[in-house]
Amino acid sequence: MITYLEAIREAQAKALADDPRVYIYGQDVGQFGGAFKATKGLAKEYPGRVLDAPISEDAIIGSAIGAAIEGMRPIIEMQFADFSTVGFNQIVNQAATLHWRTQIPCPITIRLPSGGTAGAGPFHSQSMEALYAHYPGLIVMTPATVEDAYSMLLEAVAIDDPVIFCEHKYLYYHLKAEKLPTEAMPTGKARIARQGRDATIVTYSAMLHESLACAEELASEGWEIEVIDLRTIKPLDTDTVLASVARTGRLLTVGEAWPWGGVTAEVIARVATEGFGLLDAPPMRLNAKDTPVPFHPNLWGTHRPTAKTIAVALRRLLSA
Amino acid sequence: MVQATAVSTASADTSDLKARFLTAFRWMLLARVVEEKLAALYRGGKITGGVFLGKGQEALSVATAMALRKGDVFAPLIRDQAGRLAFGETLLDCTRTYMGSRLGPMRGRDGNVHRGRPKEGLMAMISHLGAMLPVVAGTLLARRFRGIEGTVGAVNLGDGATSTGAFHEGLNLAAVEKLPLVLVVANNQYAYSTPTSRQFACEDLVDKAVGYGVAGHSVDGTNLEACLDVLDRAVTAARTGGGPQLVIASLLRLVGHGEHDDAGYVDPALRKSPLGADCLELAEQRLLRENWTTSNALHEMQQDMQRQVEEAVATTLREPLPDPNTEDWCPLATRHLCEGGYSPT
Repeated sequence: MITYLEAIREAQAKALADDPRVYIYGQDVGQFGGAFKATKGLAKEYPGRVLDAPISEDAIIGSAIGAAIEGMRPIIEMQFADFSTVGFNQIVNQAATLHWRTQIPCPITIRLPSGGTAGAGPFHSQSMEALYAHYPGLIVMTPATVEDAYSMLLEAVAIDDPVIFCEHKYLYYHLKAEKLPTEAMPTGKARIARQGRDATIVTYSAMLHESLACAEELASEGWEIEVIDLRTIKPLDTDTVLASVARTGRLLTVGEAWPWGGVTAEVIARVATEGFGLLDAPPMRLNAKDTPVPFHPNLWGTHRPTAKTIAVALRRLLSA
Repeated sequence: MVQATAVSTASADTSDLKARFLTAFRWMLLARVVEEKLAALYRGGKITGGVFLGKGQEALSVATAMALRKGDVFAPLIRDQAGRLAFGETLLDCTRTYMGSRLGPMRGRDGNVHRGRPKEGLMAMISHLGAMLPVVAGTLLARRFRGIEGTVGAVNLGDGATSTGAFHEGLNLAAVEKLPLVLVVANNQYAYSTPTSRQFACEDLVDKAVGYGVAGHSVDGTNLEACLDVLDRAVTAARTGGGPQLVIASLLRLVGHGEHDDAGYVDPALRKSPLGADCLELAEQRLLRENWTTSNALHEMQQDMQRQVEEAVATTLREPLPDPNTEDWCPLATRHLCEGGYSPT
């Protein structure tokens, strides 16, 4: 069995092995192997190519951009997605604009350990995908499975553009697969994770698993719920979403991020503007509460959507 | 720490100095001539957006670029027209970017001083001050990975940029990695309208070098010979394994922040002080005093440069402007992943 976290480690090992232009830079990623051990042993296996960085997110990202201009393909680990705000300027103003301004590609992969875990609190729990997706020039990936964590990270390194790779910390140890995949879906294609005909849930990252658990529960009541895993937030696979809504007529979007703007709103906006006639009921969306992410499990467990709260929303949607 | 101010050239070969001084002067004068033309075009409404001039900073700028070689990396800031020319940027890259020609390196997508050719070592600055410092550090890290030795990266910033997080993070990272990076700070006394007394509290910016564990150099930015000398030493030190070098140059910006700004906030006493001297005038006086050239030769030189500039502007004026209908509205190198269909067109 291989975990989601091990898949990320293995993908980085393969990238280092396959391409001499790849190096890994980030806080504690060297001998220590990273705060979550996503680079465990890599500094030893690839001497001089897995480097500890000072606590300087701006300079870490900025240096990766400079290295990319020189033909390297850096993988940057932000210790927590939350800390990427310190490097925000370099990501959105420098990396995202480089190719458009100068026609020079900026192939950097920025790994963001994302999302909430019990006890992590306001500054180690954030989901930042919508923020980065807002900016032109970035690709934003949100893998929800072990297989995708592996193959999408390899794809991220191969892509000639900056990729924000949102890997979910809650899935690091919880999620396991038999083996690593040998083939993958193309980047930018959503996956139908469960087929159904009564309603469509569009989701991504850790919320895929809450949504699948919800669909399973409702299946025992006779409802057939289709669940779509977006996989990549930007580009967003609107075609797959519209095709599903055409089959089911009902749409619920679920995300762990905050409600204002964001992925759930974007999906609904696209369906409403391009497929309004496909809808048999007003679309619904479910997000985390609009507060900072709380520390205590009692609060955290209620702050984000769960299979239970998704089921409540879905029953409302099905009866609408 | 190396401290050097207006070092004499007793040890330098006079003919070598003459040649370098003359070369530097030519770039400085060409920069002044093209910038005066840009200012005139701006006043005539021929330039969209801002015009940012380097008057008073040409000596420092040209000295930085002349200390560099082909293959080095240079990240100029907004007052580095002289350095850009000396580093190899053409007049056409300048006029095309200012005037929005589709044939320029930025193709109307970015303007004025936001231009460069990164593959040729000339970085295209973003507006956020200090941000190019980590980028240049990264180019040097990449060269280390690739086993390329002997190249240097120079980053030009102003006193205002020393207050940014990027300055701190970038210089610290470069120091930790002992990169061959030269950070040149033009302390021109004002960041836009803010005087240095509201920008930093240290006595002298060069004292920061100790804190970062890098070599520090001070130079009189109005003195071309001193600038050539100090920058040459700083770049040589970086090239030969001395790690990052911090150069602090004292001078006064002799123009507004941009041509929209009359700089009425500049202390008149500063204008009259030695800091307020025009480095180009001082260099010209030196040339004549040393009999390295004649007034007639200088006059001809200037007329020739004016012809070059007029030709570049005339060429640019005949060129196509960016066309929104044929513009490629895709920001990605990976074209099939563009979300073009969802752009408001």
